[in-house]
Amino acid sequence: MQTDTKARVDQLTSPAGHPVTVLRFEGDIASTSKDAVLGTYQALNKETSRLVLLDFSKVDYINSSGIALVIQMLIEAANSAQRVYAFGLSAHFTKVFTMVGITKYAGLFPSQSEALAAL
Amino acid sequence: MMASKPTSVEVRLPSRLGYEKVAMSTAAAVAKLMGFREDRVEDLKTAVAEACINAIEHGNRLNEGLSVGVVLSADADRLEVKVIDDGKGMKGLPRKPDMDRKMHGEEDPRGMGMFLIQALVDEAEWVAGANGKSSYVRLVIRLDKDSE
Repeated sequence: MQTDTKARVDQLTSPAGHPVTVLRFEGDIASTSKDAVLGTYQALNKETSRLVLLDFSKVDYINSSGIALVIQMLIEAANSAQRVYAFGLSAHFTKVFTMVGITKYAGLFPSQSEALAAL
Repeated sequence: MMASKPTSVEVRLPSRLGYEKVAMSTAAAVAKLMGFREDRVEDLKTAVAEACINAIEHGNRLNEGLSVGVVLSADADRLEVKVIDDGKGMKGLPRKPDMDRKMHGEEDPRGMGMFLIQALVDEAEWVAGANGKSSYVRLVIRLDKDSE
């Protein structure tokens, strides 16, 4: 019943000239998404991926198990001195992420261009 | 728009993760018929999904021989949703997640479902069933006519 989570990695450069690793997710983010979310993140080179940008623009459903995976990623990123940002969340999930306190550790932006402009 | 006569809709789900989306979609359809704003429909969808996930995982312990009952009762100005499982009921009340503690490994990254339910609806109560069965969570979301 749950839609498989797809993940893709893009390397971009911010207008300020910083390399940004974009993790693009598609489908549901739920308990079954561990490989797509954490596995994709853990496969990144921690030395070259200092700025990580999560793209949720093609994600329709995120449940508390999926949020927990994002938090686990944030913990690992903090331990590796990486900075994580996100864009493309719906208004509802922006509210949910704010309610649980994720915004303290991952800046949220409405769009990729607004995120890149700030990095 | 739904008539003001009380209306009931029931769904029975297998205790399999993912099927919470069936209850979520049903609740959203009923709420839209009642005239709820889109943002309130989204709140309800997440609350119902989390209630069903708790029922599947913790109430019925993923036993596919057991089902989760979802009863939606619509009145003129409120929608009540009961999510019923065969567990002993939830112990304690929802606690607000502490993101700092989670980040420092002092709190489990998971365990936000009950908090989200309580935060997103107007009323939420967890009721333990007699004889340790038929426990349920009851959610209420109100149609605020002034702001709809």
